[in-house]
Amino acid sequence: MRLSEVMMMETVTLTPKAQPDLYIDAENITPDAFAGKTAEEIAAIHVHEGNQTGLLGTYFEVSGKGGATAAETKIVIKGDVLRVKYIGMRMTAGEILIEGSADMYVGAWMEGGRIHVTGNVDAFSGTGMKDGELEIDGNAGNYLGAAYRGDWRGMQSGTIRVHGNAGSDIGTFMNGGTIVIDGDVDVHVGTHAEGGTIIVKGNGKSKIGGQMVKGDIYVFGTIDVMMPGYVYRENVDLEVDGTKATFAMYEGDMGERHGKRKGQVIYGHIYQKY
Amino acid sequence: MAKIVTDVVCPFCGTLCDDLEVKVTDDNKKILEVCNACVIGTEKFLHSQAEDRLKVPQMQDEEGNWKEVSIKDAVEYTAQTLCNAKKPLMYGWSSTNCEAQSVGHEIAELVGAVVDNTATVCHGTTLIAVQDVGVPSCTLGEVKNRADRIVFWGCNPAHAHPRHMSRYSIFPRGFFTGKGHKARKMVVVDPRSTDTAKMADVHLQLEQGRDYELLSALRVALRGAPLPETVAGIPRETIQDVAATLKSGRFVIIFFGMGVTQSLSKNHNIDMAISLTRDLNEYTKAAIMPMRGHYNVTGSGQVLGWQFGFPYCVDLSRGFARYNPGDSTSNDLLRRGEVDAVFVLGSDPGAHFPISSVKKIAHLPSVCVDPHHTPTSAVCKLHMPVAFVGVEEAGCAYRMDNVPIETRKVVEPPEGMVSDEEFLKMVLKRVREIKGVA
Ligand code: SF4
Repeated sequence: MRLSEVMMMETVTLTPKAQPDLYIDAENITPDAFAGKTAEEIAAIHVHEGNQTGLLGTYFEVSGKGGATAAETKIVIKGDVLRVKYIGMRMTAGEILIEGSADMYVGAWMEGGRIHVTGNVDAFSGTGMKDGELEIDGNAGNYLGAAYRGDWRGMQSGTIRVHGNAGSDIGTFMNGGTIVIDGDVDVHVGTHAEGGTIIVKGNGKSKIGGQMVKGDIYVFGTIDVMMPGYVYRENVDLEVDGTKATFAMYEGDMGERHGKRKGQVIYGHIYQKY
Repeated sequence: MAKIVTDVVCPFCGTLCDDLEVKVTDDNKKILEVCNACVIGTEKFLHSQAEDRLKVPQMQDEEGNWKEVSIKDAVEYTAQTLCNAKKPLMYGWSSTNCEAQSVGHEIAELVGAVVDNTATVCHGTTLIAVQDVGVPSCTLGEVKNRADRIVFWGCNPAHAHPRHMSRYSIFPRGFFTGKGHKARKMVVVDPRSTDTAKMADVHLQLEQGRDYELLSALRVALRGAPLPETVAGIPRETIQDVAATLKSGRFVIIFFGMGVTQSLSKNHNIDMAISLTRDLNEYTKAAIMPMRGHYNVTGSGQVLGWQFGFPYCVDLSRGFARYNPGDSTSNDLLRRGEVDAVFVLGSDPGAHFPISSVKKIAHLPSVCVDPHHTPTSAVCKLHMPVAFVGVEEAGCAYRMDNVPIETRKVVEPPEGMVSDEEFLKMVLKRVREIKGVA
């Protein structure tokens, strides 16, 4: 390896200073936008409060500098950013650490890299995620890892891990990737899924796997009401995200269309732990 | 002396009946009698005749005292409020004509506002589902002439759309439906025993909030796959019977209302109902239609769709159109404190929104344009009274099946009163001046 190819990680630290009156769209808080920039240049990057265009430096104290590329750039946000949307949107590489809670659309359409939030995130986080890693220590809102409205291509790949609970409509139209929720989830899990894996370690409610064509949903806790289109097949011993246990395996959704492979119909699966 | 105006369109509900006859005085100033309309439609016409009707704009001060202002002052306040806001919300649009909606959207684009209509608390979820899975629909004329399997899911036309069943869905004798209601099978799905449900051949009285499961079960039954003993409290055999009834029809129409669009699962209920309709088309002809409430909420979706590509909650604040219910919808914006001014026209959020949202409106610069003094006017800084569209002003409206109908002017508005469109044009002119655009 030549010396010039050695990764030189640089860190940019954003410390919230002024609260916006309304909310700000900050889709430019990404390693991609910060790479190759000094603190001064980063402070001059645009953010949007309603119909007004402002500067990142108005709302944040900026220190450090971006690395040569996105992959070499780490962003640390010190504190809650409850009125900031779209952090890490479409990022392709690098890292973001939010030491606190953030608003909607964290890591929406992200394509690579890693986001770690020590607090909570609001709705639409990981929307249409293509790849990368999103880890939330607290709770996530509704539509985690779901498709954008009208899009039939939801989460494609990558991993979302939530240590707390998640809201409703997680993994809608999911095509691939993995979502792991350590806590409980609200209604609608993996609706219209055509692939991918969702693991709920707490309890589910109802409407799990509705209209699912393909994909796997694991629920460790209770399911209040099973969708009528699921049929119990057999018990299986599995190791799921480090837990070895026996699961009841259901196939469905029987009301939905399904493809065939080698003459066999491929269904979606719900596994419920005993 | 009096004369009769024929073919009048009722500007109340989405049925948009176009066969009314209204008796007016010779000078076109007063309505004497309304024929053919249902009770609520008649009321709408007679309301415009109220003696104590507000005719002059009013502004409310900090202490809640109202004082009369000129139309010029009202235009000025509205234009300044919209131009000074970072993210104004322009809400309503469902009880006005398409012409006014279009002018309103021009203002919204200039000031960077969010435009939202009453679908946001009504059939917005339907629009989400249509975007997700498409929609096989038809016109009410096709229903009248062809449909022999009628499903009312979570709606109560006997009260909300009183002439719907007699004009289109149950009783009329159409081209291929010469026997009227005798040859039609009526299925009502509702957790309550409504007056509509009492007329049904089959009433599926399901558990509250389990529409998604029941719709799914019907799809499973259509495919002949096994079902649990009961779904949503309905026995398996009943579900299979209903599936067979629908399959055996020549033309199935599913009408649905707010009982499914605003109960648990919301857009997913409609998504599943549309999927059921699609599945039925493998056996027979089937269509699905939302029972839209306000007479021109469909038109608002049409005009927004034509101009910006999305049917409601369109966020223009960044200079391009964005849309995401849950983020750009009125109640989410108000609840979260995302907007700093509110303009309401052709709806009454003061009466229909949660109190937490209404309180937010009360604390913001706000304008209410409405023929009546409504609960919304009570919390707004400015109330602008206008002429009744569809009674004192003509214009285009869209029926619930997306058919545009030109409404008629029946009488003259009181002296000096302007229409929604005229008021909006004055505001637009002033906004252009403030923004310095030609
Ligand atoms: S059914 Fe609706 S449109 Fe027809 S007269 Fe009654 S209120 Fe008016």
